[in-house]
Amino acid sequence: MNILMNLTLYSPELILILTLGFSFTIHLILKNRVITLSLVVFGLLAAALDILVLYAYPGQLYFSSQLSHDVFGLFFKLLFLISCLLTLIFSYDSHEIHPDRFGEFTLLLLAVTIGLSTLVAASHLLTLYLSLELVSITSYVLAGYRREHLLSNEAAFKYLLYGAFASGTLLYGLSLLYGTTGNLSFYSIHASLNSAYIDPFNLYAILFMIFVGFAFKMSAVPFHMWAPDVYQGSPTPVAAFFTVAPKIAGFAIFIRFFYLIFSNETVVPGQWEPLPYLNWASVLALLSAATMTLGNLSALFQKNAKRMLAYSSIAHAGYMMMGLVVLNQTGLSAILFYALVYVCMNLGAFFVVSVLSNHFQSEEISLFKGLGWHSPFLALCMTFFLFSLTGLPPLGGFIGKVYLFWALVSKELYWLLWVGILNTVISLYYYAYIVKEMFLERPSSKMSLQVPYVQQAILGMLAFALIVFGLYWEPFYIWIQSSLTFTIFQ
Amino acid sequence: MLYEHLLSFMIFTPVVGMLIVALLPSSQKNWVRWSSLLFTFLPLCLSGILFLNFDQALADMQFVEKTSWIPTFNIHYAVGVDGLSITLILLTTLLSFLCVIASWGIEAGLKGYFSMFLLLEAGMLGIFCAFDFFLFYIFWELMLLPMYFLIGIWGGPRKEYAAIKFFLYTLFGSVLMLVVMLAFYFYSDPHTFDLIELSKAGILKFNALDIFGISLSAEQFAKLLFIFLFIGFAIKVPIFPFHTWLPLAHVEAPTPISVILAGILLKMGAYGLLRISYPILPHETYWFSDALAVLGLVNIIYGALCAMAQITLPEAKGGNDLKKLIAYSSISHMGYVLLGMSVFTVEGIHGAVFQMFNHGTTTAMLFLLVGVIYDRVHHRKIDGFGGLGNVVPIYTAFVSLAFFASLGLPGLSSFISEILVFLGSFKVYPSLTIVATLGIILNAAFFLWALQKIFLGPLNPTYKSLKDISARELLTLAPLAILVIVLGVYPMPALDLMKSSLDHLLTLFQAL
Repeated sequence: MNILMNLTLYSPELILILTLGFSFTIHLILKNRVITLSLVVFGLLAAALDILVLYAYPGQLYFSSQLSHDVFGLFFKLLFLISCLLTLIFSYDSHEIHPDRFGEFTLLLLAVTIGLSTLVAASHLLTLYLSLELVSITSYVLAGYRREHLLSNEAAFKYLLYGAFASGTLLYGLSLLYGTTGNLSFYSIHASLNSAYIDPFNLYAILFMIFVGFAFKMSAVPFHMWAPDVYQGSPTPVAAFFTVAPKIAGFAIFIRFFYLIFSNETVVPGQWEPLPYLNWASVLALLSAATMTLGNLSALFQKNAKRMLAYSSIAHAGYMMMGLVVLNQTGLSAILFYALVYVCMNLGAFFVVSVLSNHFQSEEISLFKGLGWHSPFLALCMTFFLFSLTGLPPLGGFIGKVYLFWALVSKELYWLLWVGILNTVISLYYYAYIVKEMFLERPSSKMSLQVPYVQQAILGMLAFALIVFGLYWEPFYIWIQSSLTFTIFQ
Repeated sequence: MLYEHLLSFMIFTPVVGMLIVALLPSSQKNWVRWSSLLFTFLPLCLSGILFLNFDQALADMQFVEKTSWIPTFNIHYAVGVDGLSITLILLTTLLSFLCVIASWGIEAGLKGYFSMFLLLEAGMLGIFCAFDFFLFYIFWELMLLPMYFLIGIWGGPRKEYAAIKFFLYTLFGSVLMLVVMLAFYFYSDPHTFDLIELSKAGILKFNALDIFGISLSAEQFAKLLFIFLFIGFAIKVPIFPFHTWLPLAHVEAPTPISVILAGILLKMGAYGLLRISYPILPHETYWFSDALAVLGLVNIIYGALCAMAQITLPEAKGGNDLKKLIAYSSISHMGYVLLGMSVFTVEGIHGAVFQMFNHGTTTAMLFLLVGVIYDRVHHRKIDGFGGLGNVVPIYTAFVSLAFFASLGLPGLSSFISEILVFLGSFKVYPSLTIVATLGIILNAAFFLWALQKIFLGPLNPTYKSLKDISARELLTLAPLAILVIVLGVYPMPALDLMKSSLDHLLTLFQAL
């Protein structure tokens, strides 16, 4: 394969890298936030367009099998670009992001996005680790972006400590895997795992250590402890990005890694089984139940909206893990669909908090009191986001949950289904609590919230997208089903 | 065009109305009111056309519209009416129209109120028309949100608690229903959500499986699904012990919303059982029927005793509230519906469905009447009145009519349905039926006692210049009063409407 082809397949990331360098230089010279923002938005849109073009290329490995080009990766790259774009627009007006340092902020955010895009395409242990580190290290800086703020410092330090521990463990697991199989490429590892007998104890050790690394990114129990503090301490738009993009990337790489390496496709197409002696699916089922229950129960008692949404995002990781457990195509497409909906609803909810936070300089839930009476549009959008997070029809969150539950039914995993259902009911209580504050309580004082039109338009679009996902999701589902092709299976 | 899509027009006219009301300027309060009235009047007319063109001889769905919605999941937009749903559709459009008139006096957040109200009507009509389980479920949940806001924003002092309790209870029930829905889809061959397809023999085949290490046979699994579905519907009916949300929600909701709650929402549970559980899981329904009869009896007696307690207990102990009395009497009256449904006889099931309709008209009257007095004196204490009979004669006449209709006085509509239920159930459960008739005596006791406390005896001097019923209030009450009397004397129009479909439903159980 010639170098030009390699570069073409990597071109979205290249565009982002160019954008990053160019916009930062321009920012240093002109110090004009509007120009910087326009440049970055232009770059992101160009990258997104490029991804759409890349859909025409057949799936293949490139850069000496370091990366794989397939529709599965492209799907996630698109999600990251959308999240990054929306986050940037909301950061522009955020009081937490100092105008003088906006250039650095876009630099960091773009770097995370590049890391995430590379991560979901990784098919080699080295690329996997390097891109994961790129994501992690830039994330630590982003979390501590409000350096004058105590909570932000705490967030960065906590993130760093937990992250270092997680990636260290992951690295150890990866080296063990390399030592056991003698290979670094996912496909070769899979082949050698199947060809020779390997001590199950050794395999379980590898599995556990690699799982620690991924679970940290997905914020799955018991590796979730960093999440609430980090999300609360980070600037709100950054927290929105953290709860969405790295988490979804964690799922993407988990799927690629575990389905390519630790599973075999059965004779029935679209169904996998774990390697013999290595029943990781059952362990994952338990963790999924624990993650959603813990996330929801903790969210019940939060007074800070960001913290509550942080716990709720842990619970949603638990829901998405239900799709991993069933090891079939239905489960995977359920995860991807849920990821798509989750991007819209979780970003939306965080952005509303961000708007409030700009106005009140605080994120207590009590600030929502009477919002529906003085800012009906904002409150209405928030209601859509929250009820979609709960999983009420006719919103996208409901359809996402239906697909996840459906995956469990198709595998007859009724106990996990039962846990998922109880969690849905529990979660209604705290989501509806905000709705109650917004509409059932009258505002304590006369005031009006000025929200820029761009932000209103984005919130409206996200809410509208949720209704579309809830009422006519057919085309999206077909798109997602076709996105489930990893390179090897072609 | 109109006839082919009659049901869609009927369901979605209120949605259009909701959008229009939401776009009107909030200063134009009368515009908001009149356009809401218009957009509830149109469905009423459409349901009138439906009624006139309904073929009573057919047992199957009529006015069917079925188009593919989500082909990959085999979901259809499928609506139709049969003898079971038509009475409830008529009841829904009528009560919604009357409730808009009854809501005329609301001032705060008028636009929001009527938007929510119209959305609620669309949801209710959708439930009674849908015969695709997925569509049914969407409408079922769609109705929950406006109800939450209507109770929570425009309700009484404990509105928040009442609204969230209602919401949590119903959501719990509906997620159970969701499991059943997915299971039906999974175990049907070919996979389908169509309720009519699912009710055909041989479509559903359950497997034996293990849950939590307990092995279940296919039959046991089907029973488990039946119980899940039953709980989902039982919460709505409400069946003891899932009834605790009801008194609270009914008491805290504003008058028109109490009317909708009691008049229509309570019917949805029983309707769901008849529409989904009965035809799709007939063996399990039959197996469960004894329990259903006992639960019906418990509802009758327990509801009546709770209503009685409203008279005997002082206010400090949660008694002495006229609205609560009516709410509990609803629980008692829904017991008759359950008893009639549990026996699979022609009389029983006709009585049950007819009782659903009659309960809708009489409770609607009762709640409207409580609203009338509450608007004037701002309390609902049963012993806070006395001797009102001479001051407000027309009001007294209406209350007496509604009370007598509720307690099942011969010549009024509830009498017919209750007697049908008892005739049907006596054949199957004679001793249980005898105990159940006690409920009638209890009902008579608390209604007459309340009547005496409010309207007879010495006049409470505070209320000697109380205004009698206004023309607007009369407009909401008169159609219901006429229905109660006419159907009490000549119930055949209503019974004929439902006959073919109910007979068809019973054929499923004759072999069991």
